[in-house]
Amino acid sequence: MKSLHKIIFATLLSFICFNAIAAINIYQFDDPGKKERFYNLIDELRCTVCQNQTIAASNAGLAKDLRNKTYKMIQAGKTDDEIKQFMVERFTDFVLYKPPVNNNTLLLWIGPAILMMIAFVFLIINIRNRTTATTDNINEQEHERVQALLNQEKDKNND
Amino acid sequence: MKVRALVPLFAFLALVALLGYGLTRDPKEIPSPLIGKAAPQFDLPAVLNSEQKVSSNNFLGKVTIFNVWASWCSACRDEHPILVEFAKQHKTPIYGLNYKDTRSEAIRWLQVFGNPYIASAYDVSGNTGIDWGVYGVPETFITDKKGIIRFKQIGPVTEQIVTSKILPLIQKLENE
Repeated sequence: MKSLHKIIFATLLSFICFNAIAAINIYQFDDPGKKERFYNLIDELRCTVCQNQTIAASNAGLAKDLRNKTYKMIQAGKTDDEIKQFMVERFTDFVLYKPPVNNNTLLLWIGPAILMMIAFVFLIINIRNRTTATTDNINEQEHERVQALLNQEKDKNND
Repeated sequence: MKVRALVPLFAFLALVALLGYGLTRDPKEIPSPLIGKAAPQFDLPAVLNSEQKVSSNNFLGKVTIFNVWASWCSACRDEHPILVEFAKQHKTPIYGLNYKDTRSEAIRWLQVFGNPYIASAYDVSGNTGIDWGVYGVPETFITDKKGIIRFKQIGPVTEQIVTSKILPLIQKLENE
């Protein structure tokens, strides 16, 4: 019974893959360089309707339109930067899966490094405190008390 | 010592506040890069009459509402009565962009639910939609007298948005 489920699941999965490929394969290129650029570009552009997918992966109507647009612009001899610029002008930096470094995205870019640095500083402080704690001097009174306790213990053992 | 013990708690509370703030924001709402820019040009046939043209030049000289709609869009159905009511009560012209629709469906939609638009441009390819940065229907723009986009609403216009945002803005733009 379990294996039947697996087979059904695998079959369904294969349909999904098939559709996604079929949706993209309709583009014909005269030049393999253009083809490569096309596939790189649609893999870098975010589908704004289904935000966790690229326009290559999404079957949404808008993703299809943007793929067409990308295809036409490549065929018309536009550069990658011109195509990205075109998308950004309409949909903001949001369409780029790799956003440029600017005021809005600065924290996104350097945030992890800052967090690492904070963690590192805490680590150093912690280690230092630990080493000083072990060499901490106890005062005279405490020393006497320790000695007394140790002596007590000794006496007990001798008994 | 006591204060130091509270540091993780404060750090945790700060994180909760940050993430809580994140929850109040709608990730689906992408700020439009077009606000403050000239309305993208288009010249398309009208939905009701393919001989008639609807162009972005129609927006010049007056404050205009530009509403992107489609008969296949269920949220448009929710917002439509509000636009119809608005058109009855106010003089501000509403133009429509019929986005990736079929003409017959669009016409039937207007006949059934009413037509608040001066005219609707028929954008069957969706290219004008792309130029306007449309990614979810309905969307509503307001352009000023010079044809500059001043406002964009993503998702259906509600009565509350009309009174709190759209009407005050129109008032302001009329006086500019």
